[in-house]
Amino acid sequence: MNTVIFRTVAPGLAALMIMFSIYVLLRGHNEPGGGFIGGLIGASGLAIYGIACGVQEARKALVIHPIVLAGFGVFIGALSGFFALFAQEPFLTGLWLIFHVEGTEVALSTPLIFDIGVYATVVGSVATIALSLEDSEEED
Amino acid sequence: MATAETSYDALNLPPHFIESATPAADWILIWPVALTLLGSGLLVMLRGNRTAQVGFAAAITLAVVISNIYLLLRVFEVGPIAMTMGKWLPPFGITFVADMTSALFCLAASLSTLVVIFYAQIELDDREHRFGFYPLVLLLLCGVCGSFLTGDIFNLYVWFEVMLISSFGLLILGGRKVQLDGAVKYGFLNLLATTFFLVAIAYTYGLTGSLNVADIAQKAGDMPLGSMVSVAALFLLAFGIKAAAFPANAWLPAAYHTPSISVSALFGGMLTKVGAYALYRVLVLIMPEGRDFLEPAIIAIAVATMVLGPLGALAQTNIRRAIGFMVIGGIGVLFAGLAINSMHGVGGGVIYAMHSILTLTALYLIGGLVERMSGTNDIRFMGGIYGASALLSIAFIILVFAVAGLPPFLGFWPKLLLVEGAIRVGDWLLVAGLLINSLLTLIAASRLWAHIFWRNGHEGERSEQANETLRLLTPHEIRLGMVPALALIAVIVGMGLFPDWVFSAGGIAAMDMLSPDRYISAVFAEVPQP
Repeated sequence: MNTVIFRTVAPGLAALMIMFSIYVLLRGHNEPGGGFIGGLIGASGLAIYGIACGVQEARKALVIHPIVLAGFGVFIGALSGFFALFAQEPFLTGLWLIFHVEGTEVALSTPLIFDIGVYATVVGSVATIALSLEDSEEED
Repeated sequence: MATAETSYDALNLPPHFIESATPAADWILIWPVALTLLGSGLLVMLRGNRTAQVGFAAAITLAVVISNIYLLLRVFEVGPIAMTMGKWLPPFGITFVADMTSALFCLAASLSTLVVIFYAQIELDDREHRFGFYPLVLLLLCGVCGSFLTGDIFNLYVWFEVMLISSFGLLILGGRKVQLDGAVKYGFLNLLATTFFLVAIAYTYGLTGSLNVADIAQKAGDMPLGSMVSVAALFLLAFGIKAAAFPANAWLPAAYHTPSISVSALFGGMLTKVGAYALYRVLVLIMPEGRDFLEPAIIAIAVATMVLGPLGALAQTNIRRAIGFMVIGGIGVLFAGLAINSMHGVGGGVIYAMHSILTLTALYLIGGLVERMSGTNDIRFMGGIYGASALLSIAFIILVFAVAGLPPFLGFWPKLLLVEGAIRVGDWLLVAGLLINSLLTLIAASRLWAHIFWRNGHEGERSEQANETLRLLTPHEIRLGMVPALALIAVIVGMGLFPDWVFSAGGIAAMDMLSPDRYISAVFAEVPQP
């Protein structure tokens, strides 16, 4: 696995995958995509980086421990349900803020916040699993 | 809200949405689940900081206890309350409903968890902390409260999964070989039960076209009896395994003694009761005709579990396994309530489950303190603790009486209701089973007391000599271990001495289970009548 070609391509590929994962996350409302699939793509990017450059490098690049990212995802996912409290509506009701910037329609909503939570949870937990599996492979 | 010229007009579909405003007071239904979910995410983020974790975990659980007390008071005041997520009209949206049963169980579960969070500080090492004891405990409470509060049968499955995943995590925390062994047995049987549960949900959906508990309860009457009985039998099998009823009880004593005592206390107190709760909800409220048909089977399971549980406890020398068998005996009593199926039966069963959550948690915790003092979990090598700590021996004997159902402790009142109910329906087998269960539990539990506290030294020739391996509890252990456990026992004693509100709560719970009109109208309050 550890060829020169792979090691050279991997960082760029990982960056591209993570960027694409965020694109998939944001387009998820009206088109295929969303937090879960975006999170999987993002975590695969991290896993590829870990295989090519070593788990230590991948952990360093992520700065925080991936499980913390998963916890953050659960936290803001739960938090997104609370906005409805101020609108006198039931838990998890989607609230939308839609406006135009230079002719482009921008839709911000609480489901988007929830989806970002899902994204963070999936990236965090899958990356935790992938990186620890890669870790134990190196020990052998 | 969307304005006319956007591409989001499709979102405005008033006929499918609840249109009236939801007052903030109705949110009380959500707090137990939402707070614990928020909290577990927060605690994972704080994984390096032990003090902050403990502080936040205790604060969040305390908030959950307070909101559960408020929920109980509101249910007392206005009857069942319901809220459907995301403004969708029931039966399409996921509904949360709190009737008296849910509110009582939630309160008992959160009280037990609060006590365990304090107690856990005396036995967790740093490694168990880093691997997330507190987030998992909050997630477990989230799953348990969610199961009690949800009014959607598929959502019930989701909360079961939340509960199971966090319980797997807690069970293997520490990573000793015996824990993995216990976790495999626990995991295998629970996955099997979950599969049966899922199959039963699929059949229910196929037969009624609905997953909403209140909606199915209305439509269940149209189901052909044969299909309904098959589905009810599947539910009985699935929840019977989860509740550790005979003959599917072997996994419980094999798994519950392996983790740290705080985890055993949480599991022994709450988890099996969730299975029993689901059984009451499905068989009494949704499919009463199915339950009537299965009654002989339920009676057989109840009597066998009631007798074999405490008999198993009598044969054990490991204190944790002995308490595990007492948990099973209590499940038999809950099945007896299900079999009687009258105001007395269901009311007694609900009160018994609440008592069982509190008492068995306390029993595990006191048992844990006994283990710490004698340095072993084998009662043959215990002894002399009566002299070393009179307070602990009094606490233990109170729990012995409570778990066996002797007056004036909390366990007595539901047993009284159940026996009276069984006599009224003329089921003498159940009457005998309930009384024998009390007697055998008393013998098994007082045998533990005699071994641990009364005898001077180890079993055998040296039994009259002082126990040399005994050590006293440190002030740290007394402050964080003994005081919370004693507070829980004080709650049990208090409720036993002043049982009036417990009786009236049990009566309301049974009424709403047996004739769920108030439950159904609470769920469909927002739906416009055609």
